Amino acid sequence: MASLITCPHCGLRPKEEFAIRGDASRGRPEPMDSDEAWHDYVYVRANPRGRTLEHWHHVAGCRRFLVVERDTATHEVYSVVDAAEFARRAAQ
Amino acid sequence: MRYSAFSIVRNALSGNLNWKPQWRQPQPKSHYDVIIIGGGGHGLATAYYLAKEFGVKNVAVLEKGYLGSGNVGRNTTIVRSNYMLPGNEPFYEFSMKLWEGLEQDLNYNVMLSQRGVIMLYHSDAQRDAYVRRGNAMWMEGVAAELIEREQLKKMIPFLNYDHARYPILGGLLQRRAGTARHDAVAWGYARGADRHGVDIIEHCEVTGIRRENGIVTGVETTKGFIGCGKLALAAAGNSSRVGEMADLKLPLESHVLQAFVTEGLKPCIDHVIVYGGGHFYISQSDKGGLVFGAEIDGYSSYAQRGNLATAEHVMEEGVTMIPGLARVRVLRAWGGVMDMSMDGSPIIDRTSIDNLYLNCGWCYGGFKATPASGYCFAHLIARNDTHPVARALRLDRFARGYAVDEAGAGPQPNLH
Repeated sequence: MASLITCPHCGLRPKEEFAIRGDASRGRPEPMDSDEAWHDYVYVRANPRGRTLEHWHHVAGCRRFLVVERDTATHEVYSVVDAAEFARRAAQ
Repeated sequence: MRYSAFSIVRNALSGNLNWKPQWRQPQPKSHYDVIIIGGGGHGLATAYYLAKEFGVKNVAVLEKGYLGSGNVGRNTTIVRSNYMLPGNEPFYEFSMKLWEGLEQDLNYNVMLSQRGVIMLYHSDAQRDAYVRRGNAMWMEGVAAELIEREQLKKMIPFLNYDHARYPILGGLLQRRAGTARHDAVAWGYARGADRHGVDIIEHCEVTGIRRENGIVTGVETTKGFIGCGKLALAAAGNSSRVGEMADLKLPLESHVLQAFVTEGLKPCIDHVIVYGGGHFYISQSDKGGLVFGAEIDGYSSYAQRGNLATAEHVMEEGVTMIPGLARVRVLRAWGGVMDMSMDGSPIIDRTSIDNLYLNCGWCYGGFKATPASGYCFAHLIARNDTHPVARALRLDRFARGYAVDEAGAGPQPNLH
């Protein structure tokens, strides 16, 4: 696991400053979506071996939620973007 | 291979060159009644109980590496049944009872040592929580003892009782709990299963699951296609990958958990001691090394190696609890891939495919569960019916709102 994460706001920081929320690959369902959609969102994980997207919270830094793309087998970190920026890009 | 005092003498006289393998190395047959994917503790125990208790003998266990190369050889060897929730405790107590008879059953020395597991508490609130847990254990017929500070000082004098932030006020003790030699558990089950006719096929990786008309007909492997009547998954950290081959979507994340062992010392730690200020557990192996570990690293991972920052954190916890540990040198550290479920409890269940069975979600409690997991999984496969002690461990419990969340951490796998 890479010990350093490049926060877009704070620069290169040790990973101990971050809390990991988990899977960022899927969007939150609408409030009135089906029970199945909510079950999948809350409980089911793709759990890939390889590239994965995760929400990391920079709790000991800027306190922004970030989306980290990294590899679960090699531990290589590919990119780190602010979660709002990530959402904007996804919406486009 | 049978062992006796006579065989030790005879083999010593012939230079120990004539020991026979404990299990065969068969080529896969074209078809089995049951194929189990995963030759770890749970897969081997399942095969053993299928053959011995449930009369299903045409069974193969497929292991992608060598036998015992996964988590069964990577844990801290602790066995205990001090759980709180009614969905968990009967299952783990069933496992504890199987542990107590395992050496006789397998005729194999798994070095079960019921040295007692003590979980320390450091505040009045934590004491209350442990009293509650102890009472919950008694409700299921499992003995638990609350050990107060003065009594604990006589039992375990070397702890840091007067730490400013985490003073040790006492502990909850399960005397029947302890440790077992993890490799011997794998070998014992493998030999037992092999003797009952189970084919254990090592270095055979499953690459696909073949289905026709909605049921599984066999598996594609690195040794060719093998047909089966029923398919059972016991792939631990790789459950999501194997499940994907049958389009199963599972409530799992794979995380790395580290463990450590020190240089050999003279006997000094008589129990398994669990620190309550963080989460740290330590025991001494029969060889003298101190075996210890703590929590998962916190990020999803398939690499069987951990992060140095976590190792540092583990050492800090250990030294906080036992200052003398600072003088001991660590020999080795290793990581295992844990199939963390969304409530911290395992899954033993059928799937949406009629003849496909699932055993996963062991988080970092898989070793102690090995006998019960194998027994209950075999029961499910053979009779198509859930064993009574595994009734709460269903795959659909999340959708139904019956999560078995021992830690009360919610659907956040890295917090269990």
